[in-house]
Amino acid sequence: MRLHNYTLLYISIALFFIIGVWASIFYIQMLDEIYDSIDDTLGNNKALIIKKSKTDTTILYKSDFEESNYSIKKIDAASAKKMKDVYVDTLMYMANEDDMEIVRLLKTVFTINHVDYYELNVISSMVEEDDLMEDLFYSLFWLYGILLVSIFTVNTLVLRKVWKPFYSLIQQLEHFNITKSAFVAPQTKVHEFKLLNKSIESLLKKNSELYISQKQFIENASHELQTPLAISINKLELLSEKNDLTEADMILLTAAIENLQRLTRLNKSLLLLSKIENKQYADETTVAVSSICKRLSEDFEDLAEFKNIQISFEKQADLNIQINADLAEILCSNIIKNAIVHTDNGGFVTISVKQHSILIENSGDKALDSEKVFQRFYKNATKKNNTGLGLAIVKSIADKYGFELRYSFMDKHRIEIIFSK
Amino acid sequence: MKILVIEDELSMQEIIKETLEKESYIIESATTFDSAIDKIVSYDYDCILLDIMLPGGSGLDILSELKKLDKASNVIIISAKNSIEDKVMGLNLGADDYLIKPFHIAELTARVKSILRRKSLNGKNEVEIKNVKINFDDRTVAINNEEVIFNRKEYDILAYFISNKDRLVNKAALAEHVWGDYMDQANDFEFIYSQIKNLRKKLKDHNADIEIQAVYGIGYKLHVL
Repeated sequence: MRLHNYTLLYISIALFFIIGVWASIFYIQMLDEIYDSIDDTLGNNKALIIKKSKTDTTILYKSDFEESNYSIKKIDAASAKKMKDVYVDTLMYMANEDDMEIVRLLKTVFTINHVDYYELNVISSMVEEDDLMEDLFYSLFWLYGILLVSIFTVNTLVLRKVWKPFYSLIQQLEHFNITKSAFVAPQTKVHEFKLLNKSIESLLKKNSELYISQKQFIENASHELQTPLAISINKLELLSEKNDLTEADMILLTAAIENLQRLTRLNKSLLLLSKIENKQYADETTVAVSSICKRLSEDFEDLAEFKNIQISFEKQADLNIQINADLAEILCSNIIKNAIVHTDNGGFVTISVKQHSILIENSGDKALDSEKVFQRFYKNATKKNNTGLGLAIVKSIADKYGFELRYSFMDKHRIEIIFSK
Repeated sequence: MKILVIEDELSMQEIIKETLEKESYIIESATTFDSAIDKIVSYDYDCILLDIMLPGGSGLDILSELKKLDKASNVIIISAKNSIEDKVMGLNLGADDYLIKPFHIAELTARVKSILRRKSLNGKNEVEIKNVKINFDDRTVAINNEEVIFNRKEYDILAYFISNKDRLVNKAALAEHVWGDYMDQANDFEFIYSQIKNLRKKLKDHNADIEIQAVYGIGYKLHVL
């Protein structure tokens, strides 16, 4: 639900009750005022009729209302003593409407010379309450509707203007990339948005700094590790050249060297990753990916043959892309090597170069998690010796150039790099 | 043959020294920028191994200095930085080769020998071990004066072993040298065996006086019969 619909919902609910309560109070007060005013008129009429009866005694015999608004009836003194003035609503036949209608009636007594007592009924037409209520209801209904429409319109216009910096902020955040973009807070006069901008700016700044320092740390650590690694491997190599070592010694040495080499590989991969992310491979040329893949498929033949893997290369089109030449080499070799390394003995690897993509397929028995396959250190538990960075490097190169990577499984693993649409 | 090692890391320096002394070269060393400049001004070396990052200055400045002195030949840059700019700049400044740490000592030996061979007086880039003669320029091998055809990988392996005669070459070093950098992640270097097998067979069929011996699980060694 959008923010302004949300406010509108609450405003409409609140208005409904406010107008309802207000209407009831208004109605009661208005009715009260009407009765008050009618009763005053009746009182006044009463006084006028009594006054008139002093001079015109004929009216004393007017026992029906007929065309006028009063009737007079002679009563005995005893019952007259008991009576008081009463104002009541009563039903009366109205000739024009041919129906019974509510009228206001004043029942009172008066006397002439304290001898004759008369009962006087004065009537006055009343507002029809149901009509009044209906009118009021319709008016309020329209008021409610118009209010809502105006609030909606004003809200929409105002909110659109007021929240503009907010939406532009959201849009910026959506496209924010810690490795690339700098964050520029949208201009605003609203205090809350200024605050929001400020907090986001400082948050992003902190994050960027953290990201950079972490990246720097990885790079520095990798650099610093290189020399001791080199020294260790070389010392062990020198040791292994000594002729007085036994086979058992040699086996120990070999294991030590192998593990150091593994560490070196890991280190190199991490360095490579941070270099790619640091944009240290800037210069681009047109690279014939198809010929790189063809050459690589031949270079890897020995490895494939050793694992008894059928490796085949199929060129459906010449594929030339604009890329850094070293990265093109790394991209292709990593993806092909990954396929060979992860194919079980006796399987197959197929490399197909198409018009806009490379497709690498290799045999395998179950699908990998396509979400995680390109993540760092996502590895198959059974392959203990690989760095787990090969496809992460592929991904980081693909990200750098905006290539799309797809993993799918259809009786075999399929990894596709789509260079352009 | 006199070689100068300019390297501030003492352990690294020792390793290079020990490796190259096995090949009977005379090794001198410098650990700082200034001492390196002193040495190159005062003496002539057949080969200089140069670290880029030195206390007191950059190895690239030493290269410029060498160029000024007209001695900028036979320099191998040894750097922990696998940076293309440094490599290009180093080679432009007259260095002959660029070796990235960590490297295998077999690789170091091969590179140094290759440079020294190119400089050798007779101008023939050739090595002869008993009845086997290898020409590094033409990439040809003759056994008993008869040319034997090797495929690219067999030739590269043989050349590498010849540069590292009588020394243990571990499988990783061989794989990286012959199959290329990206092979270093192949995880298992057993795959090189089939090429070694072919090479051995050819050497044996042509009665070569050298053979390639396996050394336990670690690697191979060129043995002169």
